Amino acid sequence: MEFKLNEEQEMIRKTVRDFAEKEIAPKAGPMDEAEEYDYSLWGQMAEMGLTGIPFSEDYEGAGMDNLSYAIGVEELSRVCASSGVLISAHTSLCSWPIYNFGTEEQKQQFLVPLASGEKIGAMGLTEPAAGSDAGATKTTAVPDGEEYVLNGSKIFITNGYVADIYVIIAATDKSKKHKGLSAFIVEKGTPGFTFGKKEHKMGIRASATYELVFENCRIPKANLLGDEGMGFKVIMMTLDGGRIGIASQALGIAQGAYEEALKYSKIREQFGKPINSNQGIQWMLADMATRIEAARLLVYQAAYLKDSKQPYSKEAAMAKLYASECAMWVTTKAVQIFGGYGYTREYPVERMMRDAKITEIYEGTSEVMRMVVAANILK
Amino acid sequence: MKILVCMKQTFDTEAKIAFDGDGKIDNKGVTMIMNPYDEYAVEEALRIKESGEGEVTVICAGGPKAQDALRQALAMGADKAVLLETGEVDMDEYATAIVLAKAIGELEYDVILGGFRAIDDGSAQVMSRVAEVLNVPVVNVITKLEIAGDKAVATREIEGGSEVVEVALPAVFTAQKGLNEPRYPSMKGIMKAKKKPMDKKSVSDLGVEVAPKVKAISFSLPEPRQAGKVVPGEPAEAARELARLLREEAKVI
Repeated sequence: MEFKLNEEQEMIRKTVRDFAEKEIAPKAGPMDEAEEYDYSLWGQMAEMGLTGIPFSEDYEGAGMDNLSYAIGVEELSRVCASSGVLISAHTSLCSWPIYNFGTEEQKQQFLVPLASGEKIGAMGLTEPAAGSDAGATKTTAVPDGEEYVLNGSKIFITNGYVADIYVIIAATDKSKKHKGLSAFIVEKGTPGFTFGKKEHKMGIRASATYELVFENCRIPKANLLGDEGMGFKVIMMTLDGGRIGIASQALGIAQGAYEEALKYSKIREQFGKPINSNQGIQWMLADMATRIEAARLLVYQAAYLKDSKQPYSKEAAMAKLYASECAMWVTTKAVQIFGGYGYTREYPVERMMRDAKITEIYEGTSEVMRMVVAANILK
Repeated sequence: MKILVCMKQTFDTEAKIAFDGDGKIDNKGVTMIMNPYDEYAVEEALRIKESGEGEVTVICAGGPKAQDALRQALAMGADKAVLLETGEVDMDEYATAIVLAKAIGELEYDVILGGFRAIDDGSAQVMSRVAEVLNVPVVNVITKLEIAGDKAVATREIEGGSEVVEVALPAVFTAQKGLNEPRYPSMKGIMKAKKKPMDKKSVSDLGVEVAPKVKAISFSLPEPRQAGKVVPGEPAEAARELARLLREEAKVI
């Protein structure tokens, strides 16, 4: 067993960290405040190849492994969780299912512009009455000649409105519940596909979250991803990978908050000495560092399993569960170490604490993660 | 167009400097980076190549860790790297220049670039010495470079302004901040870098005698900064007191 990143993995960490600190970090606070992402950063990320890290060069990807991808999302999220989820949702939830389930034509048409960063991707699964329970999906897709006709709506869609290409889950046979679900590729601008309200959120405020509305939206039959009835499989496999992305995001948020708290504890003086000379602060820092390292090992292990083509569903769920709860815990302690200053927007830790919360919720709540782990260990 | 870039690996700008038991600078656990002025040189080399055609070779004299800096340049887009392994010898500017010039002498070149100084020892000597040994012109501290055939026009920083210089190639140019904005390595570049040639040569392979002429005797850290002083009281009175302190204690006015 070897706990060592290879040369490329080390280099992606160094490169993305350098880029994130210089280009993204100064904008992270203002973007959060404005609830607007600066998409000139997307252009820079595309140029660097961060928009298609784990896909082969044949499709304009970087040809790197999933561990490199995890490191990339971690480093972006260390300074800006909204940037982390932008890349994660684009890569894991939209590009990956096309990469894995798409036909060669679909890959050429959709994956190539996604991986090169010419286009942004998103996925539409959640509905008002269907979140953790995908089988309750109400959006329908009815075949009609050479087309499918989509009707229904999706909520809480990350990268909604800003994305050009969407992987949409809809029921092709409602009577079969989750076995009657299918996945479709829908392009922005298709008649009948519009956007509802923008969500105003607690955290990841620079990340666009929108409602998607389909009213007699006609899409070519060629845009069916996989076969009819394969939707649930697409969702499950996509979310397994997506969880590695969100776990990496959580890990990055925790790492960022910990570093801020560590730095502050050295310069902040009370009673004539730095606060980190107090054992109470030292123990918080020690626990933060320990939990982060444990989370990192879980996340990297899940990515390694995926890279080596081994089952990783349970490990991805464990990684996402642990890393997201670690992020919430660490950011809360970071605010505590900063005291009153930490509660203000003068310092980034309050943003990190708000950002951390969503990682316990989206792409499978902590409760669903425990269900996945339990199902795996009890079978 | 054959373009060579000389580079150095230096401490990260945020690294904390400490001494080991022998009073030498301790590099244990310190993050190493490519000297930022050399990054401008690499970027300029890549831009020259991309504006026409050419080949960029990066050269570094240093220990095995210096490979990381070379690989970064390869990931940015350089074609080849040469590592000149200097071993345990304490190199001075003279010795470094001799080693670099010897290695460069075995290569073809039209343009040689390097940072005008390294951020660690800051002596700003090596590139000029290399030019001297190779017997080619050198233009220092450039902020703009245009290549036209076998000539180059460079803008260099001078006290209070700038100077435009025309020079015949081959020539050495040293990069100043402002020359360009270095790119980040791309993910594809990182993947390609490992397949690009990294030629390693020891000083004995080059057949040069490394005999430094300058020896550092000791190092010391600057005095720690004193804490600031707050002058209390009514504004008019405090200002009077501040003026007195500036004149009598700080002796700056």
